[in-house]
Amino acid sequence: MKRSQSTSLFQGGMAKTALLESFIKLNPRVMFRNPVMFAVEIGTLVMLLVCLQIAVGGAASQGSLVYNVIIFSVLLLTLLFANFAEALAEARGKAQADSLRKTREETPAKVIRTLGRLKVNELQIIPSSQLEKGDVFVCEAGDIIPTDGEIIEGLATIDESAITGESAPVIREAGGDKSSVTGGTKVLSDHIKVKVTTQPGESFLDKMIALVEGASRQKTPNEIALTILLAGFTLIFVIVCVTLKPFADYSHTYIPVSAFIALFVCLIPTTIGGLLSAIGIAGMDRSLRANVITKSGKAVETAGDIDTLLLDKTGTITIGNRKATNFWPTTGISEERFTASALFSSLADETPEGKSIIELGQQKGGKLPTMPQNAEMITFTAETRSSGINLPPNIRIRKGAQDSIRMMVERAGNIFPDDTAQKVREIATNGGTPLVVSENEKVLGVIELQDVIKPGIQERFERLRKMGVKTVMVTGDNPLTAKYIATVAGVDDFIAEAKPEDKMNYIKAEQANGKLVAMMGDGTNDAPALAQADVGVAMNSGTQAAKEAGNMVDLDNDPTKLIEIVEIGKQLLMTRGTLTTFSIANDVAKYFAIVPALFMTSIPALQALNIMHLASPESAILSAVIFNAIIIPLLIPLALKGVTYKPIGASALLRRNLLIYGLGGLIVPFIGIKLIDLIVGSWL
Amino acid sequence: MLQEILGIGLIFVLTVLLALPLGRYIAKVYLGQPTWLDFMSPLENFIYKVCRINPKKEMTWQENLAALLTINFVWFFWMMFILMNQGWLPLNPDGNPSMSADLAFNTAVSFLVNCNLQHYSGETGVTYFSQLAGLMFMQFVTAGTGMAAAAMVFKAMKEHQTSQLGNFYSYFLKSCTRILLPVALVSAVILVFNGTPMNWEGKANIVTVQGDSVQVSRGPAAAMIAIKQAGTNGGGYFGVNSAHPLENPNYLTNIVENILIILIPIAFVFALGFYLNRKKLAWMIFGVMTLGFFLLLSVSVYFEMQGNPAITKMNINQSLGSMEGKEIRFGAAASAFWGITTTTTSNGSVNAMHDSMTPLSGAMQLIDMMINALYGGVGVGFLNFYIFIIIAVFISGLMVGRTPEFLGKKIEAKEMKIATIIALLHTFLILSFTALSSYVFTQDPSVGWLNNPGFHGFSEMLYEYTSSSANNGSGFEGLGDNTPFWNITCGIVLIMSRYLPIIGPIAIAGILANKKYIPESAGTLKTDTATFGFMVFAVIFIIAALSFFPALALGPLAEFFSLR
Amino acid sequence: MKTHIVPALLMTATLFVLLVVIYPLIVWGFAQFAPEKGQGETVSVNGKVVGFAKVGQKFTEDKYFWSRPSAVEYNAASSGGSNKGPSNSDYLAQVQARIDTFLVHNPTIPKSAIPAELVTASGSGLDPDLSPQGAEVQVARIAKIRNLPEDKVNELVKTHTQGPLLGLFGPSKVNILALNLALDNL
Repeated sequence: MKRSQSTSLFQGGMAKTALLESFIKLNPRVMFRNPVMFAVEIGTLVMLLVCLQIAVGGAASQGSLVYNVIIFSVLLLTLLFANFAEALAEARGKAQADSLRKTREETPAKVIRTLGRLKVNELQIIPSSQLEKGDVFVCEAGDIIPTDGEIIEGLATIDESAITGESAPVIREAGGDKSSVTGGTKVLSDHIKVKVTTQPGESFLDKMIALVEGASRQKTPNEIALTILLAGFTLIFVIVCVTLKPFADYSHTYIPVSAFIALFVCLIPTTIGGLLSAIGIAGMDRSLRANVITKSGKAVETAGDIDTLLLDKTGTITIGNRKATNFWPTTGISEERFTASALFSSLADETPEGKSIIELGQQKGGKLPTMPQNAEMITFTAETRSSGINLPPNIRIRKGAQDSIRMMVERAGNIFPDDTAQKVREIATNGGTPLVVSENEKVLGVIELQDVIKPGIQERFERLRKMGVKTVMVTGDNPLTAKYIATVAGVDDFIAEAKPEDKMNYIKAEQANGKLVAMMGDGTNDAPALAQADVGVAMNSGTQAAKEAGNMVDLDNDPTKLIEIVEIGKQLLMTRGTLTTFSIANDVAKYFAIVPALFMTSIPALQALNIMHLASPESAILSAVIFNAIIIPLLIPLALKGVTYKPIGASALLRRNLLIYGLGGLIVPFIGIKLIDLIVGSWL
Repeated sequence: MLQEILGIGLIFVLTVLLALPLGRYIAKVYLGQPTWLDFMSPLENFIYKVCRINPKKEMTWQENLAALLTINFVWFFWMMFILMNQGWLPLNPDGNPSMSADLAFNTAVSFLVNCNLQHYSGETGVTYFSQLAGLMFMQFVTAGTGMAAAAMVFKAMKEHQTSQLGNFYSYFLKSCTRILLPVALVSAVILVFNGTPMNWEGKANIVTVQGDSVQVSRGPAAAMIAIKQAGTNGGGYFGVNSAHPLENPNYLTNIVENILIILIPIAFVFALGFYLNRKKLAWMIFGVMTLGFFLLLSVSVYFEMQGNPAITKMNINQSLGSMEGKEIRFGAAASAFWGITTTTTSNGSVNAMHDSMTPLSGAMQLIDMMINALYGGVGVGFLNFYIFIIIAVFISGLMVGRTPEFLGKKIEAKEMKIATIIALLHTFLILSFTALSSYVFTQDPSVGWLNNPGFHGFSEMLYEYTSSSANNGSGFEGLGDNTPFWNITCGIVLIMSRYLPIIGPIAIAGILANKKYIPESAGTLKTDTATFGFMVFAVIFIIAALSFFPALALGPLAEFFSLR
Repeated sequence: MKTHIVPALLMTATLFVLLVVIYPLIVWGFAQFAPEKGQGETVSVNGKVVGFAKVGQKFTEDKYFWSRPSAVEYNAASSGGSNKGPSNSDYLAQVQARIDTFLVHNPTIPKSAIPAELVTASGSGLDPDLSPQGAEVQVARIAKIRNLPEDKVNELVKTHTQGPLLGLFGPSKVNILALNLALDNL
């Protein structure tokens, strides 16, 4: 169904662009946005100066030129790795967005221009990129729609597979909730007039691409808070390293500049610092891969915090419409006779329910009758609240709600049979809809219509519950039916006989209790609720108003998408948290590598701290710095894919992540540094 | 051996048994619920009336802080006045002189900030008037200040959404009259009955059995000793604090005084549980603190009972442990226990000389003060722990995929900024001032500060600033610290490390209290679980280890390894 | 700040009365009922005060049980420990010298029997006690000088030994002033 999604992380072309970007990003003005890596850059510059000084013969005490150059190179590499991570994430996001955008670029648009004094409308063909907001263009069968807009005249079937991957064509028409068309989709039939709703370069997709690109990317509140914490750690290590100089002087120990810089760079949280922006971009990228366009990074983050999820029943919890599931003839009426009448009653019924009755009748062995010549179709009206068919010579078949048929039957002087009345009640309490069938004002039996709950939906709600998300079903059904479906599907709450303002009120009530609410909607009357919700996902097929109001747009129009979005949000936060933990836990091992290395010569007793038994002070320092650098690219896949979210409860999740990333972060560098030392030590 | 271990076990068990009911009582006091001390109300109401204070008037966190800082400001001038004029003020039977300006500054600040770092010796440096009207007065009111600050944070944590954090004066006065005064009174009486002096006479002149002429200092000691322990003030009436046979005459008084050191800090943790009706949270906090405490304690007790390896090499009998700087009546275990309790709280009084303890004991005491949140000072210990909770909540909140929240309040950039600054401050003060003194000493070793050379000398300087920044007050007393350099630098460290860590947590709590309350869900990180407790523990130790590992390596660790 | 300055001053004044005047007077009042009346117990010989029972004093003569080394020479006008670090070489030399002195005065005692307390200074410099071993290693010397049977001196040490609190908690100790006065009274 969906377009194939590339999962390979390092695609050739992308890696090349990212590589180039890594160098461009060395610009201090760009680096300044990331305090941790900016500190590394300063350290690298200092090392460069030291190398130059040694080269001109000015600093004999700093050690050999080769050693210092190696340290400098490793630091530079650290910077490049971090930049590469960010650039790669950007490239992936952009590539994803570009593939969506490509379809709509430079499509010829037949725009209507009002010309001259006589105000004659004329059709001009211009490139889509020149379309302005407010322009009106025309599309006919076979045309690609040049840009996003709203149909102001006409109706058309449209193939949206280019955007959604869904192959079945959809109908879009002026007025109502299905008036919106997307650039890049193809008109299959008919003729529409479309008004452009966005300025060039300001479509949702354009906005999303801007979010991914460095220039206009804004840090989310949580990212800012984390950056503050990381800057705090960086400052601690500035203090530690600066004060180490007089401490060492007191202990009559000489520490070369390279060792100070190495210690500093190893200690500051470069791993998370280098990957932080990549993680954020990757979060947006992942939502894009799920075919969701987010209007801000914050929306993705908020999605992880959602407490309450409002879901429409139809399409989300149940498959489309009700289906006939059973025929219940009254006593004295054979199954065959009832089936035949049921088939007749729905012969001309074009509603989905009617079609499902035909389907069930045929399954039960009934033969689809052909429409007799002078049969008369009785359509549903609000007064009779029944429909049916009049067959010659004088047969009147009706089906309808219990009360309307009962009235008709009793007015004719017949009795409404008790067993059918009983069945009707039974069906209603089971969440079904009973349709009573009568022939010539005599009751034949009852058709049971039931909602069909989507397979697998219970499991998804269970998963949400474990995440701590409360699900609320919104339906126009009566409370009894709604309650039944809610129970079967496993949602926590429902709003029955829902009017648009009910949604709004529910959201406001939840928010007043401090909860974060997400909802999905498509209609114009959903717009206020979408705007009110903390995460409002508008369907791409929805109206422009709905899309403007929400903070995400789902290209697939898939109502269950919210569940995925919540998980993407959680993954994003978890990746940040776990890598921070990992990064900081790493420092313990680095201390045990570098501190003994600094003092081993002047204070032999401190050799005892060299618990890794690293070969020499130089080798120890170099190993720590190299480990510090290569851990960044090693973790790029994790940063981009995100830490897997498991709905096992917060405490269990914390335990799991602490064990993997906390304990792992403690142990891995001991092993890594020792291994590197074995290689470097033999080579130095 | 066994009796010594049993003795310290008894102290801890008794403390916890007393802290539980005291915690419940403290919660009731701050909640304004009836207690058996309600007969104090008329006195309190009289004080409110005289002071023109309406104790029922709720104030915002900013107003409360302003009240707190103003009254502290007043006390500073009061202290400076007394100390610089004690020579002619009353109650000076020994004719002790007035203090120099720099020593008076250091002493005034030190007692103002509940630290009680003493660069003078009690017997010769101050008069009885200064001991009571200056030092002992501060020991009550500064403890009350810290407790009032914690009470405000309690209040902020309890309310769903409020901008009002109660009334500072009311919290403060109740802390003094309802908690500190009764505890001090009971303990002072126990001390007096065990032989601690409470009189107004000057030094006694005596010719000893062997015929030496000596003097014996005394004075109104019992009243002060009780509150200096209970209010985690520390210091001492006498120069060597509770190592002095009159200040701490026997094993029983040692038990009483040692319980007093940690009683209110532990009771405060339980008080939080009772106050918020979140007993599990209190047990989590108590668990984390106790785990850290026992880790440090066991190392210190082990090495003190093992004795000094250098003396072991001399082949004499060290079965009693390392006895340099210790008293026979307490023994090695109780001295090590006191050493850890006095550094774990911000007490800082000693019953043995920390300078002479084995290197790793010194390291444990240093780490204790570098963390400064295991039990901690009265009131303020919890405030420091609160900062660590905020940081732990932030990181672990992310790890479970939610933007972090604590007790239903979102932790965002502003709170993180404050928490980070406060966490950073301690490291900054300790390391940068130790660096400064190391630099000065390296430039001119003839300044003659250090009583011990090498690694241990470095530890002496590190200890002094760590103790100052933790508002602890104990010292590696070999350091010649009564010089303008040390008096002034320590004074600066003391002021900064007292008020910023009070302002910070109150600001965070005040901001959080103002935020919308978010009810718990299955996705919310529970903060009263063992898992989260472990996380807090890890955050505390990792931050301390990362900040201080190099300094510790060059001081006590280097000494430890070189002694092996 | 302005609005708080008057309450701050008044609060300071009222609390001064409560905490600095009333509280110490109450404690002092209780002290009058205590066995030592808050004065500190003194010890007299022939009506002359020779010391405070709880404050240690210097005993260096061979006929007395020596008290521990003291950084303040047992002058309780002040108090203090040596504050020597465990690795200080000057200090360790001093300890070695004390061991040597002890061995000269107690030739029958093997080095390994010397308790560390006898060669290390106490924290207060006023430690009134020794451990039972600390007294026992000196018995031979005292018995010899005073011409007493060792058993008798040992017996004296035993009767002056205070066991742990309630027999369970803390170390055992011997008050040297009391022991030496008892020795003189034998």
